[in-house]
Order: sequence, then C-alpha cells, then structure tokens
Amino acid sequence: MLIALFGAVESGVIYAIMALGVYLSFRVLDFPDLTVDGSFVTGAGISAILIVNGTSPVIATLIGALAGFIAGCLTGLLHTAGKINALLAGILMMIALYSINLRFMGQPTVSLLNESTLISQIQSAWASTGIDTGLNAVLQALGADRVPTTWGIFIVMTVLTVVIKFLLDYFLKTEIGLAIRATGDNQKMIRSLSANTNFLIIVGIGLSNALVALSGALVGQLGGFANLNMGIGMIVIGLASVIIGEALFGKKTITRVTLAVILGAIVYRIVVTLALRVDFLESSDLKLITAVLVIAALVTPKVLQARREKKRRLAKRAALVEQKEREASA
Amino acid sequence: MLKIEDVSMTFNENTPDEKKALQRINLELEKGEFVTVIGSNGAGKSTLMNVISGSLIPDVGDVYINDQNVVHLPEYKRSKMIGRVFQDPMAGTAPSMTIEENLAMAYARDKKRKLVPGVNKKRKDHFREYLETLNLGLEDRLNAKVGFLSGGERQALSLLMATFTEPYILLLDEHTAALDPSRAELITKITKDVVAKFGLTTMMVTHNMQQALDLGDRLFMMDKGQIIFDIKGEEKQNLTIKNLLDEFQRIRGKQIESDRAVLG
Ligand SMILES: Nc1ncnc2c1ncn2[C@@H]1O[C@H](COP(=O)(O)OP(=O)(O)OP(=O)(O)O)[C@@H](O)[C@H]1O
Ligand SMILES: [Mg+2]
Repeated sequence: MLIALFGAVESGVIYAIMALGVYLSFRVLDFPDLTVDGSFVTGAGISAILIVNGTSPVIATLIGALAGFIAGCLTGLLHTAGKINALLAGILMMIALYSINLRFMGQPTVSLLNESTLISQIQSAWASTGIDTGLNAVLQALGADRVPTTWGIFIVMTVLTVVIKFLLDYFLKTEIGLAIRATGDNQKMIRSLSANTNFLIIVGIGLSNALVALSGALVGQLGGFANLNMGIGMIVIGLASVIIGEALFGKKTITRVTLAVILGAIVYRIVVTLALRVDFLESSDLKLITAVLVIAALVTPKVLQARREKKRRLAKRAALVEQKEREASA
Repeated sequence: MLKIEDVSMTFNENTPDEKKALQRINLELEKGEFVTVIGSNGAGKSTLMNVISGSLIPDVGDVYINDQNVVHLPEYKRSKMIGRVFQDPMAGTAPSMTIEENLAMAYARDKKRKLVPGVNKKRKDHFREYLETLNLGLEDRLNAKVGFLSGGERQALSLLMATFTEPYILLLDEHTAALDPSRAELITKITKDVVAKFGLTTMMVTHNMQQALDLGDRLFMMDKGQIIFDIKGEEKQNLTIKNLLDEFQRIRGKQIESDRAVLG
C-alpha cells in the first residue's frame, strides 16, 4: 500500500509538468489545445529513440521537449495564420502527430529496459549518496514494513517540477508573460496595446507543449518504454489535474494556481491508485474514474457554494424575523 | 499629425446588404487638435476610427500618422502610436488581471516587450501617481482584479492606460455612453484633463451634442459615410445645439433636393 502510494506521488510529480502545460494553454491562453495527446508521445518517443541510438539522456530529453515545442507552435500557427478553430487545430495536429511519432519511433513501442536513461542515472547517482538508508530508517521506525527502492527519483523530480513552476510564475509576470495572459483574457485590448497576439498564441501553445513533451519524455524513461498510444486521454488527465487542483487548493494568484495544479496532478494519481485497489474496479475502468473525478471536481465547489449561500440567506431571514418580533414587543 | 486621404470603405459590396460606410473621406488633424465627432447611428463614425486604428483596412485611400503611411501596418504595430478607449467598459481592460498588471501592459505599449518583470517598485510608484490623478482611490487597490471594478472605474482606468504613454493619436469611441450621467461627467472631465495635460491629438465620437460642443476645438458631423460639416476655432466655440440641427437640415435638405434632380 505504502509502496503503491509512493509510486503514485512519484509519477504524479512528473505528470505535474504536463499539467502545468495544460494549465498554460487551457487556462492562461484560454485555448482548448488537444495537441497534448500527440505531443506527450512525441516527447517520450523521440527521447527514447535517441537514447536507444546512443544520445546522452539529458540531451535526448531536451530534444524531446523541443519537438513538443515545435508541434505546439504548429498548432498555434494553424489557429492564427490558418484561422482554424482552436479545437480543430489541436485535433488535426494530434492525429498528424500520431503518424509523425510512428515515423520517428520506427515501431509502436521503443523499449528502454537495458538503456541508461535519465531516471537510471539519477538512481545510481543517488544510491552513492546514501540518503536513502537514512530516510528508509525513519520510515521503518514509523512502522513501515516495506520501503521504496529509491528516493532519488522522487526528490530530483520534485526539485525539477518546482523549478519549472517558479520559472513559469516568473515568466507569466514578465512583460511578455503579461501580454500572453491578456491574450487569453481580452485579445482586443492587448492588441490595442501593441501586442502581436498571433505570435503570443504561437509561442504560448509552443511552451505548453514543450512542457507536455518534457513530461512525456520523463514518464517514458521512468516506465522503461515509449509507446505510440501512451498519450491517449492525456489531455483529460491534464485537465483533471488542473480542475482538481484549483478546486482543492484555490486559484487566487498565479503562484497559487501553479502550485495547485502540481498538487492536483499528485492527488489525481493517488486517487486513481486507490480506486484501482477497490475490488470491483479494473484497470480498464481508469477512464471512467477520471471522468467521474473531473465531474466531481467541477460540480462539488458549485454545490458547496450554493449551500453556503442558502445557509447565509436562511440566517438573514431568521435574523429579520427576530428583529420584527423585537420591534413588535417593544 | 493625422492625415486621411480619399478613404472609402464598403461592406458586403455587390450584395443586397451593401453598405457604403465611408465615402472618400479626407481630413487632416494638427498636432494637439481635439475633434469631437457626431452623427446618427450607422453614419460611419466607428468605421472611421477602426480604419485609423488598423482594425479595418479601407478599400482605398491612405492614412498618415506623423507623415508615415500606416494604412498597411497591422493593428498591433500601429497601436504603438494610437491610444484607444472603447464604448464597452469591459473592452479596454483585462478583467482577470490586477490594476497594476493592466497598467504595466499599457506601459509597455510603445516599447519592445521583454522578459523582465512587468511590475517593479519604480513602476508601481509611477502607476500610483497616475492613478491619484483620477481621484477614485484606485491607487490603494493596485492588486485588485480589474474585473471587480465598476464600469466607471474601469473606463477611467482604460482612459489612463490609453493616454499615459502619450500616444500620437487618441481615439475615443463613445467612451462615456455606457455610464450613468454622473460617471459620464467624471470621465468627460478626466478626458478633458488628460488631453490637455499631454496635448494629445484626439478624436472623440459622442452622441451627446452638448458634450461635443463643450469639448475640443473642432467638430465633425458625419452622415452616410461622409464628413458633412467641419467647424473649428471661434465658430465652434459659439456653436449651439440648435445651430447644429439647423446645419444638418440645411446640408441634408440640399442633398435630398439634388438627389431628386439627379434621379429626375
Ligand atoms: N463589419 C461590418 N460588416 C458589415 N457592415 C458593417 C460592418 N461594420 C459596420 N457596418 C455598417 O457600416 C455602417 C457604419 O457603421 P459604423 O459602426 O461606423 O456606424 P457608427 O457611426 O459608429 O454608428 P453608431 O452611432 O451606431 O455607433 C453601418 O450601416 C453598419 O451597419
Ligand atoms: Mg459606433
């Protein structure tokens, strides 16, 4: 159980990078970008095939992210220069990427089992520090019977994700970042303030998909393979993370939302892991679980809000009745 | 400062909906001139503003700002030189962003946007100073989301954002029309003050004839895509609403007669 949860958090931290990308397109730019399902595989596939062919894992991972950036820019270009509806532009790019990814990968699955990947490098570098023994000793003292094989991946990936979060926070407050946010908020206005909204959309969707592809590259290396279909439904998982995060942890400021999105991605993984341990649910029910989660995250806050409002009104009404009684008796 | 030569614009040409929105418009504004523009619905006032700002490209004709022909310059490039306030108070600001962020975006209008923070200590002080001139207390709410401001407050902020970088041209399209009378008066006063303060070359569309007479040093009356009346200086100062209506009758009456003559 503990090990399963640890695994959920570990991969949640990596999927969080993808969720940040989805946040950038869906929320910041208000652009429902479905490229994600394809660009996630682009990141995983291109980095995997490069690693198999001997490229250093760090460089392979970065090239994977760059490929995602290019794919996103193309979607942005379809939408801005081609004047194609945002949803359709994303869908077109997504199916185009399916073929392109297969071209790059050469076969539907690229195995990384015997390769030296970023993940395996972190693992071995970490092992030599000996931090694990200490952390695991603490766990065992707390009564855990089984302990994680390595803390390295979790800790390094958490650091990476947090660094990306802070970079994103900073970026969204720069002059260019403000203009990107305004493009999602009020395009007419920011164009009247001399911002080239087409360019900003292209760059924004590019960055979004770079994050998605980076996440894909890392997920592929963590899992030990890249598969042509590993991106199916990724956009829904990303949205689920964003929506769950916003519902649970708030969305007042940029800094707050990006943190909420990361936590949302982790919560999503935990809930899925727990749900799959319920006897009557099978792994094929995963998509249904995701859908239910998103619906719950969307509906619950509204129901709670309506309840609070109703309670408030009832309290006011009671107070009024009381006041009238007092006036009558006076 | 602003020159428009032979600008025409027809919507839906050769269809039953054909609309000649602008017909051979010629005009020239001196630096610092403040023109009010009146005219009935559909006269072409907004179309003229959109042609100047670059949101619309005219069928023919040229637009010069500062002696540079800008007619083929895309809107976002032209807006380095042009400040605008729209009729809809929602249109001029980004609602989910804060007051200081909105101001920062306006501040970057005539510069190249970079990867440096949009808001810093120095700019904040700057923004606060500008906001104080509005007398709305917005200087104490720099971190409030603009979506929570009232229409009047938003319009005042839009006006500030359109003007404080001192653009060559300021375009105001019925920017007080959506406000209640007292707010409209406030915005009118602020308009007068900022235009005077920065000496901005301004075109302001309004349906309020009194406002058109009170403000500015020149007046255009538009009808059916043409500027049918252009008056400035002392003559404009002595103008009354009755004069304006009579003038409209006189010019249009003549035209109706000549139309009849042409049609036989
Ligand atoms: N995009 C468009 N497509 C078709 N017709 C248009 C378009 N924009 C404006 N028109 C038409 O051009 C004419 C001039 O419109 P414009 O908006 O310039 O009028 P206006 O003087 O601003 O009127 P109002 O006082 O109502 O704002 C109108 O008849 C309008 O229907
Ligand atoms: Mg108009």
